[in-house]
Amino acid sequence: MLAADHLALALGGTPVLADVSVALPPGRVTAIIGPNGAGKSSLLACLAGLSAPEAGQVMLDGRPLAALPPADRARRIGFLPQVAEVNWEIDVATLVALGRLPHRRGWAGPSPADAAAIAAAIAATDLAGLAGRVVNSLSGGERARALLARVLAGQPHWLLADEPLANLDPAHQWDTLACLRAAAAAGAGVAIVLHDLAHAARIADHLVLMAAGRVVAAGPPETVLTPERIADVYGVTTARVALPDGSAGLVITGRLG
Amino acid sequence: MKRWLIPALLLALLLAAGLSLLAGKVWIPPAAFVVGDERWPIIAQLRLPRTLLALLVGGGLGLAGAAMQAYLRNPLADPGLFGVSAGAALGAVLAILLGFSATPGVLSGWALAGAAGAMALLALIAGQSASIIVFTLAGVVVSSLAGALTALVISLAPTPFATGQIITWLMGALTDRSWNDVAVAAPLIALGAGLIAAAARGLDALTLGEAAARSLGIDPLRLQWLVVLGVGCIVGAVVAAAGVIGFVGLMVPHMVRPLTSRRPSAVLLPSALAGALLLCVADAAVRAAPTVTELRLGIAMSLIGAPFFLALLLRLRRRLA
Repeated sequence: MLAADHLALALGGTPVLADVSVALPPGRVTAIIGPNGAGKSSLLACLAGLSAPEAGQVMLDGRPLAALPPADRARRIGFLPQVAEVNWEIDVATLVALGRLPHRRGWAGPSPADAAAIAAAIAATDLAGLAGRVVNSLSGGERARALLARVLAGQPHWLLADEPLANLDPAHQWDTLACLRAAAAAGAGVAIVLHDLAHAARIADHLVLMAAGRVVAAGPPETVLTPERIADVYGVTTARVALPDGSAGLVITGRLG
Repeated sequence: MKRWLIPALLLALLLAAGLSLLAGKVWIPPAAFVVGDERWPIIAQLRLPRTLLALLVGGGLGLAGAAMQAYLRNPLADPGLFGVSAGAALGAVLAILLGFSATPGVLSGWALAGAAGAMALLALIAGQSASIIVFTLAGVVVSSLAGALTALVISLAPTPFATGQIITWLMGALTDRSWNDVAVAAPLIALGAGLIAAAARGLDALTLGEAAARSLGIDPLRLQWLVVLGVGCIVGAVVAAAGVIGFVGLMVPHMVRPLTSRRPSAVLLPSALAGALLLCVADAAVRAAPTVTELRLGIAMSLIGAPFFLALLLRLRRRLA
């Protein structure tokens, strides 16, 4: 279990998280949602061990995350940043191999386990035909897949993705979410910061709704995303629609105020 | 990486080192390479240390340049950027002003003290900040301060002879170097290379930016000091041994990068080997060139480097357009 326990965090004097407690169960997809400035990315950075909370702590399997050596932490928690830099003209295979860095020892080359994990990540993201292409020459959707493959190659027990759907067309959004769901099905605890409420409602097992640095509600999507709460937090009106497969979809119908 | 790259560079290095032992105002035929030959002292006391020093200086500059470009994630970064080389030059220039230049080893000591002073100042300004921008700006501050003080020292030089001596030294050369210089430079450059090798994994991770690098288990502060101390040891030793030789650290990583996977750590060793090769050949060339006085190596490298830089810029401009 990866859990935040009464976290508080301020950036430059402005409080961004206050008394935030969440738990990410393994094998499940947790979507962290909320309006801009709600503290979603700050929470994810704390869970990834990249920001040190001022109060409270992040616990990994019952131990404080801060006490874990960075290399151990990196082997267990994979993090996909919102702004994804790729600085040199490396090809996709080289990029994906960077995800194995926490597993490499000294100057030894890639082990068979490394090679297998890289191949599996490339297969899972359907990149086999692009392995030799320079990352910065890919389309936005292909590039997002390659960056996701980099995280998957590390075979993390916990996978934290900060707005992985930004700037992707609907098909690529779907593919990315399918990859993340597959990682959860394989046993990883997945947390995704999302803006799209419809996606969140459909793909997440568990939702964490945040506003102004606090957790407003947490639980299964249907209990968290009530029309009143959405109106309260986002200032928009919504309607539930029946989908052909019998499930319910969420549609935004207007703006309050 | 192209499989032939490292063996090809090693072979070329071997040939270049051999050529460097033969070349000079006096060409020495291979037949003279026996102890007891009258030309043997030239080889053992002049050519051999000079060739080794060219390999060390070139290899060090190539490696330091590749490390700087990887750390700053900027293909135009140069080992001089942290101000260490300007600090070393200031130390050496002070030694000349104070009249210590004739005593062997003293000038190197002052240059190394200057390099260490620059690094200490850098630590004082940038402190515990692991921010690359703060660090780079601190380097610019140190560099311009040392540059200004060097200009001050030159203006204070008591005689035109001292001024000339300082300016000549600043141009960088490997003329009349001895085994003493090799003995000072080799361990420092080896130490710097070791520190950079320890930073290799962190440099790879930085390809993905600072946040992703930290999520891969990299400690940014440790990485920063590995790079700064590694580059500082190398650049300090290089300036102490050879004066200021520009462009090698900037050029060489660009020459070898397309032959590698472009992963930063994959560029390090080829850059070191290619830098050693470049400087060894260039030093042999300035020695053998039919000029009245020997062309200064630093000037030769700048003459090669500036057009190279221009070509790089034009290619970059085409790609950005």
